Amino acid sequence: MSMNNQGRPSSAVGGGSSDAFETFSGHKGLRLAEPLIYEIGNHETTGVDVEEPSDFTSSLGALERDGEIGCAGLSEPDAVRHYTRLSRLNYGIDMGVFPLGSCTMKHNPRLNEKMARLPGIGDIHPLQPQSTVQGALELMQELSHWLMTLTGMPAVALSPKAGAHGELCGVMAIRKALEARGDAREVILCPESAHGTNPATAAFCGYKVKSIPGKENGRVNLEALKDALDDTVAAVMITNPNTCGLFENEVRDIADAVHSAGAFFYCDGANFNAIMGKVRPGDLGVDAMHFNLHKTFSTPHGGGGPGSGPVVFSDALKAHVPLPYVVKTSDGAMELKEWPTSDGADPTLGRLTAFHGQMGMYVRALSYMLSHGGDGLKQASEDAVLSANYILAALQDVMTASFDGPCMHEALFDDRFLKDTGVTTLDFAKAMIDEGYHPMTMYFPLVVHGAMLVEPTESESKYNLDQFITSMRGLAGEAAAGKTDRFAGAPYLAPRKRLDETQAARKPVLRYRAPEETP
Amino acid sequence: MRYLPLTGDDRQQMLDKVGVASVDELFRDVPSGDLNPRIDLPRHKSEIDVERTLSRMAAKNTAAGSVPFFVGAGAYKHHVPATVDHIIQRGEFLTAYTPYQPEIAQGTLQYIFEFQTQVAQLTGMDVANASMYDGSTATAEAVMMARRVTRKKRALLAGGLHPHYRAVVETTTQFTDDEIVAFKAQPADPHTELQAIIDSIDDSTSCVVVQNPTIAGHVMDLAPLAEAAHAKKALLIVVVTEVMSLGLVKSPGEMGADIVVGEGQSIGNGLNFGGPYVGLFATKQKYVRQMPGRLCGETIDADGNRGFVLTLSTREQHIRREKATSNICTNSSLCSLAFTIHMTLLGEKGLRAIAKVNHHKTQQLKAAMQATKGVEVLNDTFFNEITIRLPKDATEVVDALANQGILAGVPMARLMPDAGVDDLLIMAATETVTEQDIQALADAVKEQVQ
Amino acid sequence: MLKFSEDHEWMLIEDGIATVGITEHAQNALGDIVFVELPEVGASYAKGDDAAVVESVKAASEVYAPLTGDITAINEDLEGEPGKVNSSPMDDGWFFKMTVSDSSELDGLMDEAGYNEFIAGLE
Repeated sequence: MSMNNQGRPSSAVGGGSSDAFETFSGHKGLRLAEPLIYEIGNHETTGVDVEEPSDFTSSLGALERDGEIGCAGLSEPDAVRHYTRLSRLNYGIDMGVFPLGSCTMKHNPRLNEKMARLPGIGDIHPLQPQSTVQGALELMQELSHWLMTLTGMPAVALSPKAGAHGELCGVMAIRKALEARGDAREVILCPESAHGTNPATAAFCGYKVKSIPGKENGRVNLEALKDALDDTVAAVMITNPNTCGLFENEVRDIADAVHSAGAFFYCDGANFNAIMGKVRPGDLGVDAMHFNLHKTFSTPHGGGGPGSGPVVFSDALKAHVPLPYVVKTSDGAMELKEWPTSDGADPTLGRLTAFHGQMGMYVRALSYMLSHGGDGLKQASEDAVLSANYILAALQDVMTASFDGPCMHEALFDDRFLKDTGVTTLDFAKAMIDEGYHPMTMYFPLVVHGAMLVEPTESESKYNLDQFITSMRGLAGEAAAGKTDRFAGAPYLAPRKRLDETQAARKPVLRYRAPEETP
Repeated sequence: MRYLPLTGDDRQQMLDKVGVASVDELFRDVPSGDLNPRIDLPRHKSEIDVERTLSRMAAKNTAAGSVPFFVGAGAYKHHVPATVDHIIQRGEFLTAYTPYQPEIAQGTLQYIFEFQTQVAQLTGMDVANASMYDGSTATAEAVMMARRVTRKKRALLAGGLHPHYRAVVETTTQFTDDEIVAFKAQPADPHTELQAIIDSIDDSTSCVVVQNPTIAGHVMDLAPLAEAAHAKKALLIVVVTEVMSLGLVKSPGEMGADIVVGEGQSIGNGLNFGGPYVGLFATKQKYVRQMPGRLCGETIDADGNRGFVLTLSTREQHIRREKATSNICTNSSLCSLAFTIHMTLLGEKGLRAIAKVNHHKTQQLKAAMQATKGVEVLNDTFFNEITIRLPKDATEVVDALANQGILAGVPMARLMPDAGVDDLLIMAATETVTEQDIQALADAVKEQVQ
Repeated sequence: MLKFSEDHEWMLIEDGIATVGITEHAQNALGDIVFVELPEVGASYAKGDDAAVVESVKAASEVYAPLTGDITAINEDLEGEPGKVNSSPMDDGWFFKMTVSDSSELDGLMDEAGYNEFIAGLE
């Protein structure tokens, strides 16, 4: 035989532990530590090739900027590496289950990204002559058609930049409509379980906010609502399905009561993912509802935005839609109406953003809708609701469900099952990180103690759901058994341990300063 | 349907576990008669079909990169390095949520910290937030912040402010305590316009909002305005719609600004027919608690390692509810990442160079327009945008040139329909414009005005 | 004279001036205090008006004027060291001093024993 004795050991040997040493680099294998650009870049390095004009004299005179700006530059390879390393410190939908209640973290199809980058979509200017952007205006029309059809509402405003901006748009339209009929009203009613944006938006529009209590079963207390409704109430803002993950079964009675008091029914559409193709808010008496295209229609959350918050309107409000909007002219061309009529009588609520809203999000949302079709959207909602109920059923013996099921697309638990264990909702959520999951929404809604709101979305396979359930049952079991080590300092296995938010807030450091600049 | 992983068998097993016979039993709270309405929408489509449908719409539009292109007025065609678009599509960035769980969101938080630093440096301010929806909404927020800081209500908007921004401020504040006074635009005489504002500042003034460069492209010395505002305890809010100008033009901070807001689209972000863009918001340290929007701050973790968190969040809607500084709850995070990557690729050297190239191209554009008989250039100063006066209706000229495959600019009348500016045309020239483009434009304009 | 309100504020009245702060019980419930927004010296408040804001990382709470009067001094140390509210709520962590315009307002307030009984009843 020929004996090649250069082979390396091919089975695991050793028996040491990484706990025993620190690396010299500060990196930990694939978990790479990454400094700030200011610590690795400099003023001379650049990652672009830009030829300075040779015979350059600026026309700015004394208005030319002198002195250093302070920007740190990296070469292209270093820039790619810097941001790639940073990316690996993040969790995203692409990496695993992201059961963040109220946020609808569903799969973001890459076809949408490709469509948004078509030159005829991504590389057109909002102020080009309208004759050169007819396809873009047609796309906006098409998206509007889908949104109106799914909701059974006669008008839509596309331009709001995010959900909270959509709320603003909706409540402004309500105030415009009330003013148009000479009816000054002062109050907006919000349930205790409302998203924080609802009262903030109402205040923004000059309204006082009154809270209406919930019922034992997690729904709005209709009797309390009726008692609070009088001729000072402008609107009621209700999320449906609500933030407890429940459908407001008395929604028609709510709408009737609101309307007979002369007020409007604003629906927060954050949870529309439960009812696409299943229920039309227009049938229920809703006057205005915003969508979150980044929730329901899969446009990427992107680490906190950009969002997009179109609003659908009832006949009673549609005259007040904001500018600009697209109309189809008699010859079939698309026209963008950008300014109110000059007589001052235009009922529009005005302009909410410089241009036409989030076109990049419109195309992604439309791509998602066309892909699903009416049939697929309905199936998606059914799957989202079924998955949430499956989780509820699989966990309710070890965790405490806040309300009786069935739920809609999210399941709400509270911390009663952790009573006397020494484990808090926060600890439990952080332990999920060590299990490889993003935590659920915690401490929201405020109406239950130590809330844990789990929203699986329709994007998870049964295998993924079962794995997730196994982890959750395991954690609940450990807590119940008094084995709290894995909770106390969790997460242990993430790129960072718990961060000191008190220090961050007491002595805010909000930007990098070079050591010599630091006061 | 390719995005839905559950199989028929899975669904049945799950229904069994839940203990219902059909999925519609889970919708039992929906009023009877309202469940499963007939909805008239097409059935699902394959990738090929969706791509075909949307590509057909896209093909009807004239892409900026396909023609000589001089359209600006608040959104600018710049070259975005390929690296930017590659990195922002990494799933760890694209599909992350708001970094409320900092232990698994340091990537997002660290780039926000870098972004805040870059914006503060560019604007010459102490601090910047994690971004706003866009420049126009940031401007409205700045006006309301000035009211909180000064406890005064009267905001003066300069005539050189983008008319859409003015409209957004007016719309956003229509039901708040703010009182908005908008000055008439004088595109041909920016100095008179500025003086009119200075003369109107009084003790009730909360802020003066001025855009630099102006909508007509003029670059102004704002120091006298800052002085006049501060003498009456009013804030100076400077709006920058072309952020690349800050590579060449003296920063608003150096001229005395208290709040700087801007549109960051020019760096890292495409035109996208108007959005998504990225609003910039910077101010002085002493006003930080009155700022709207998210802020990221440095801290340490339990092991003493540096890390970043969202901080000072008691200003925000999810905590203060109706007492919040704003109802905003998103930032434009992915767009701010694009901004940050592009800024990092540019660095000090690249930013300065690209700003010079923009200015130089516009010098060439100005010379070409001045050489065209019948055309008057209104600008003595400018960065990468000028306004010209034509001997005829500017919209007609723009439409005629569009038919020839040249996008010549924005007729000022499109932005202020009733202001008697039908003969004015705003034109921008960035690094993407070639000398041939300028020549083609000049030839076509010449033909139109003859 | 040391008095307490049901809103968990204490006031020490000396020579017609009330020094106002929040109680040990309150600071404990709020957690780490990260910021205190104080009124301006010279400002006038009616009893029950919002006079200051105290913030922890995740919450903001209003501090009400416990009496009607004018602010005569504020504790500027809290600007740099809000943690004093946690470490010394009844002493170094005081918020502001105000005049006592209407001494009859003192009648409805609790003494220390009464307050201790009050908070015991909350649990």
